[in-house]
Amino acid sequence: MAVREAQARQRAAVKTDRSYSTKGAIMTALEDVEILLVEDNPNDVELTLRALQKQNLASKVFVVKDGAEALEFIFATGAFAHRKIEHCPKVVLLDLKLPKVDGIEVLRRIKADQRTKHIPVVMLTSSQEERDVLDTYNLGVNSYIVKPVDFSNFVHAVSELGIYWGILNKVPY
Amino acid sequence: MSEPETVEILLVEDNPNDAELTQRALKKTNLGVGLATVRDGAEALEYLFSNRPKPKVIFLDLKLPKIDGIEVLRRVRADDRLRSVPVVVLTSSQEERDISQCYKLGVNSYIVKPVEFDEFYKAVGDLATYWLVLNKSPL
Repeated sequence: MAVREAQARQRAAVKTDRSYSTKGAIMTALEDVEILLVEDNPNDVELTLRALQKQNLASKVFVVKDGAEALEFIFATGAFAHRKIEHCPKVVLLDLKLPKVDGIEVLRRIKADQRTKHIPVVMLTSSQEERDVLDTYNLGVNSYIVKPVDFSNFVHAVSELGIYWGILNKVPY
Repeated sequence: MSEPETVEILLVEDNPNDAELTQRALKKTNLGVGLATVRDGAEALEYLFSNRPKPKVIFLDLKLPKIDGIEVLRRVRADDRLRSVPVVVLTSSQEERDISQCYKLGVNSYIVKPVEFDEFYKAVGDLATYWLVLNKSPL
């Protein structure tokens, strides 16, 4: 049930722009997810999907809206209990300020667990605070990206991110 | 070892061809990258554990004379002052074991060197742009 809701939301997010293939989004099986986007701001979700669409990566994205849902996805629990934990995404794009469980805590739990610590996590946040940067690196974040404020810069940054972590970087699975 | 005033990238590479190619590719990005190159793992550790300012990113080969890349990574991650420095392994090894071990030790990214000249050149440029322009390093 919750999964269906999540998938419906995903479809809704993708449908907001007609250029997306909704069929592609529906067909994406959970084990084919390569990019997990953890973002509560619907505008940022839409922009991110649009930028990834340009690189033909949008059909491999799964969107969750808060930290609790992100943990359920990654650890294959709750609404995602039927997922296999071994089917790791190639990258998690993680906002810092999130409802329920914040980004720092999601990062901490991913990097503290032997089954998931190898998953690349990239912070994608509006926070430029030195403390957030240092804390996340000390917890083992793989990369920290400050969301560009300007629309076209944001799209450009996400495109580069997608190429780097979706194509260039090598993961052990 | 060549060393500019501000070092942004520490390149740990024993193969002179790869080192030169990397230097040339970085020059071409017009990022004005401050690059220091060391030729083995012992020299890399000496550099990093000196009082020099930390680089924004380390590009680390795996198969190195004296001390190998895995051990360099392990020591960087075990040190409180260096732990947060981004380390990108840049290697020709595609072995599952190397990849897996690097991630277990907390590597930031693992890049397999493209064999083809043009692709290698482009990859280095992309890498530098990603880690120096897009990524925010903890300084």
